[in-house]
Amino acid sequence: MNFAFYLISGLAVAGALAAVLLKNTVHCALALTVAFAGIAMLFLKLGAQFAGFAQILVYIGAVAILVVFAILLTRGSETPRDGVYSKFPLTGLAIAAAVFAVLGWAVLNSASVLPGAGNTSAAPTVTVMDIGNALMSRYVLPLEIVALLLTAALIGAVIVAMHEKEEAK
Amino acid sequence: MNPLAGYLLVAALLFAIGLAGALTRRNAILVLIGIELMLNAANLNLIAFWRYGPHPEALTGMMFAIFSIAVAAAEAAVGLGLVISIHRHAKTTDLDAMNRMKG
Repeated sequence: MNFAFYLISGLAVAGALAAVLLKNTVHCALALTVAFAGIAMLFLKLGAQFAGFAQILVYIGAVAILVVFAILLTRGSETPRDGVYSKFPLTGLAIAAAVFAVLGWAVLNSASVLPGAGNTSAAPTVTVMDIGNALMSRYVLPLEIVALLLTAALIGAVIVAMHEKEEAK
Repeated sequence: MNPLAGYLLVAALLFAIGLAGALTRRNAILVLIGIELMLNAANLNLIAFWRYGPHPEALTGMMFAIFSIAVAAAEAAVGLGLVISIHRHAKTTDLDAMNRMKG
């Protein structure tokens, strides 16, 4: 717990709030990149370099760009005339607040039994070589399945978003 | 405060913000943004438990987070493809206007 942690988590939470609350959809996508960057910095602060840089590459580099493309392709940046929130925003807000209350209560009440109470030791040093060895030995089956999943998602996304023939009309 | 508890609280807050966005926004793309935020909060939990857990050298939490990032990327690609396809059919991304299953 130090100043850097509060600064980074404040940035991530502010970005997330802006991504959810702003009216213009393009601004939401840009605020989302700020939230992703904050989360990536939290990963780096936790000593997970590989996950942090993967987060930057995948989320800021790919997902945020995809979101911007989708907004531009659907002309979603125009603010609809009947508001940006659905019919029952208070219900959703209440559900989210209840979930946060339960999670926060659980974390605060179990703070004494969480691991790492006095664990201020240096972050474990994990090199990319360790991760590569683990991926190629113990986690090789999940790696292959993820490769298959990504290929299927690539083909599926292209087929779903492809222009279809006009004879369907 | 316990450092792990701090990270868990931040993750819970991000999850709640994402959930509120997914439940209250009207635009389908904004709902997907909320889902991405929730997935990121879960990843933050995994990494925090990996860092402060008893056996960080086993890399379990880190691997889980990396695979989760890969699955989330696939999910985002397919989800946004679906949104574009629905926009082509229904000319809207307003979820309240999509009330028919028949195109």
